Amino acid sequence: MIVFLQQLINGLSVGAVYALIALGYTMVYGILRFINFAHSDVFMVGAYCGFYCSRLDSGHTLAGGLLVMAIAMVACALLGIIIERLAYRPLRGSSNLAVLITAIGVSLLLENAAQLVFGADPKAFPALFPERNFTSQAGLTVSSNQLLVLAVTAVLLVALQWIVLHTKIGTAMRAVAFNHQAAALMGINVDRVISFTFGLGSALAAAGGILYAMNYPSIDPYMGTLPGLKAFVAAVLGGIGNIPGAALGGFLLGLIETLVKGSKFSTYSDAIAFAVLILILLFRPAGLLGKFQVEKV
Amino acid sequence: MLSIQNLSVSYGAIAALHGISFEVGPGEIVTLIGSNGAGKTSTLRAISGLIKSRGKILYQGRDLANLPPHEIVAAGISHVPEGRMIFANLTVAENLAMGAYLQKDKGGIERDRQFVFGMFPRLAERRQQVAGTLSGGEQQMLAIGRALMSRPKFLMLDEPSLGIAPILVKTIFEKIVEINRQQGLAILLVEQNANLALEISRHGCVLETGQIILRDSSAALRENPKVRAAYLGGV
Amino acid sequence: MNRLTSALLAWPKAVLLACLLASLAFWLISDRINPYYMDVLTKIGINVILAVSLNLINGYTGQFSLGHAGFMAVGAYAAAAVTMFAGPKFLALAPAAWLLPATDGLFLGALLIGGLAAALAGILVGAPSLRLKGDYLAIVTLGFGEIIRVIFRNIDSLGGALGLNGIPPYTNIFWVLAVACICTYVVLAMVHSTYGRGFVAVRDDEVAAEAMGLNTTRYKIVAFVVGAFFAGMAGGLYGHYTLSIDPKGFDFMRSIEIVVMVILGGMGNTAGVIAAAVLLTLLPEVLRPFEKYRMIFYSLLLIILMLTRPQGLFTWKRTLKTAGRA
Repeated sequence: MIVFLQQLINGLSVGAVYALIALGYTMVYGILRFINFAHSDVFMVGAYCGFYCSRLDSGHTLAGGLLVMAIAMVACALLGIIIERLAYRPLRGSSNLAVLITAIGVSLLLENAAQLVFGADPKAFPALFPERNFTSQAGLTVSSNQLLVLAVTAVLLVALQWIVLHTKIGTAMRAVAFNHQAAALMGINVDRVISFTFGLGSALAAAGGILYAMNYPSIDPYMGTLPGLKAFVAAVLGGIGNIPGAALGGFLLGLIETLVKGSKFSTYSDAIAFAVLILILLFRPAGLLGKFQVEKV
Repeated sequence: MLSIQNLSVSYGAIAALHGISFEVGPGEIVTLIGSNGAGKTSTLRAISGLIKSRGKILYQGRDLANLPPHEIVAAGISHVPEGRMIFANLTVAENLAMGAYLQKDKGGIERDRQFVFGMFPRLAERRQQVAGTLSGGEQQMLAIGRALMSRPKFLMLDEPSLGIAPILVKTIFEKIVEINRQQGLAILLVEQNANLALEISRHGCVLETGQIILRDSSAALRENPKVRAAYLGGV
Repeated sequence: MNRLTSALLAWPKAVLLACLLASLAFWLISDRINPYYMDVLTKIGINVILAVSLNLINGYTGQFSLGHAGFMAVGAYAAAAVTMFAGPKFLALAPAAWLLPATDGLFLGALLIGGLAAALAGILVGAPSLRLKGDYLAIVTLGFGEIIRVIFRNIDSLGGALGLNGIPPYTNIFWVLAVACICTYVVLAMVHSTYGRGFVAVRDDEVAAEAMGLNTTRYKIVAFVVGAFFAGMAGGLYGHYTLSIDPKGFDFMRSIEIVVMVILGGMGNTAGVIAAAVLLTLLPEVLRPFEKYRMIFYSLLLIILMLTRPQGLFTWKRTLKTAGRA
């Protein structure tokens, strides 16, 4: 039982990171119907921002750590907006394939530019926050980092949900996701809403990058690929385009993966996400919370 | 108020409009009639900036051709598109809020909302309902109400009677006339039901394969034997 | 390009035979050619096989697959297993003088088994394509590719994460060029036959194709099976050329490289795809002096090409359907 509870806590904190990345995929997919492959590399850049900004915060205080995270989020929001502006906007209205390939190109560019700028060797991620472990009498261990991951994720999820449901720009995001032209006829500057969406998703990815790096102590230019793919699976699992679905999918996937890691099939844990993906697409292609739509002729 | 000069639209190699010209005066209702594919919807979409066009779209002396749609809305032109295009995933209230996207004064927005609710009481009853669950007629009311929320001086309606129960068609047309009278709003109307449209409009243009072949007062068009044979069911 | 295709179509079998003979002749003189050029040419040949076979799935049939490297891996491992584990016994038994030298016979068998194993995987991957399209299918095929990799990493008898070493050096330029020619011939013959028009129909409008009575399911599966078969053969050639294979060499990036060849060549334009495969294999060689910036250049090129020529480098007519948004 203790082992299971321990796995549950570990799984949730892994899943929280997947959830944060998955939100970016799902929001962009909801609005532009394409998979932003470069999203996982924005996540990586977020971790590097945290790495370099941590030098500003030598005291390892909670406030300092949060400040570092905020800076990384702003920087990555800008990066996301720039990527959309330069690489995706000129392709608005062309085939999905062209956009998908461009996204792959942007992803490669970010990885290789990071290799050049930051170096190819893994870097040890500094302790951003004060750390301690809490152990219960029964032997259950929770680290302060795990708690922090869960708390930050919860706050960001609530904030996002509030933005999307209760602000004007959030309502505009939903309107644009439903129909670009109708939104434009309301006087909504669709491009600006798309920029905002990229900024929001990228900021969440940056937070995810730092939280991920805190628990996996080294970072490298290719660190985004696998969590990125898994987060995409999480988005599909929850129903792509569906914001609560992406969060749910992230947590679920983190749990499943942690449970598999704890079993005798541990060497297959990287494949499990894809197996989940294939199963969900075969049996419930709209995802857990999505509605399936038949393609119209 | 609005003067279209030599407007052309093409989709790739296929031309949909071949240099049409017409005018809509202040407070006037003008009808565009024509068969499927004549270019009616293309005309409206070109005016609201949804598609690229050549030629001039002079509105209060300013050329709006090829501006992005949100700037056209800001200039005071509102377009109720064919098929209504309401945001089926948003509530009625949120749909109206999107209509008022460019308005900044909270008091004014609330006044507009009350005006729309006064005109279409059904919408007031269903304000928290998700718009996708409304009936066709209610969705059309919402689409018109949503367009009014942007405080247009010029309103374009594309097939407001399409897919609506016959009893509601009459109500909607009455409301259109009411909006025109009360607010002095100029209206450009595209309508399959030419009888009804010519009844409420002052002028009409007949479009055929991308060209205006007739332009006259609505009363004259209703008497025109050619128009009667082609568009009024020979009545 | 079109004249080339129509010439090929007029006497397809004769052209194929001529190409095979030319490959053989080329092999006979190959020891007089600079080994560096031979190395590049071998890589080009393998990439042509991969790109042309993927073009059948992605270009002609419109099923976006991102898992081609997975098929390649299956073929490479299967073929290597045959020559390494069954090979010695076979060679001991084989009569000394045959029509073919015994090693070539063994290698041909190994390549075919590699291709068949990959084709079997193609059925597995093709099955979900019956229900999925576009981005979703891309991700599922990507997932299959990754799963195949993880599985090989976990099979200890195939070397696990370290991979297989000491594969016999059976690949030569004749085999590479011959398989490339046969692959091109089969793909072209398929899509230009009456039956094969169906592939393009499935791509252009699946619903309409189905309404016309085409068995769209079968077309998609056939595309995956044939595409995977040749990818598997390419894998076999690759393994017996590099002499060692490991799961890392068949990752997602490898699949992307092949997809890029197809896209740049122009989806469903075989001549263009071959040209793109040649160009993109030469590019890293040309960029060798700028090793550090090579991948940056490559990715920038990809982005710029997509922004300026989304229909492919060698396609002048627009063949890709652009999905306008309602």
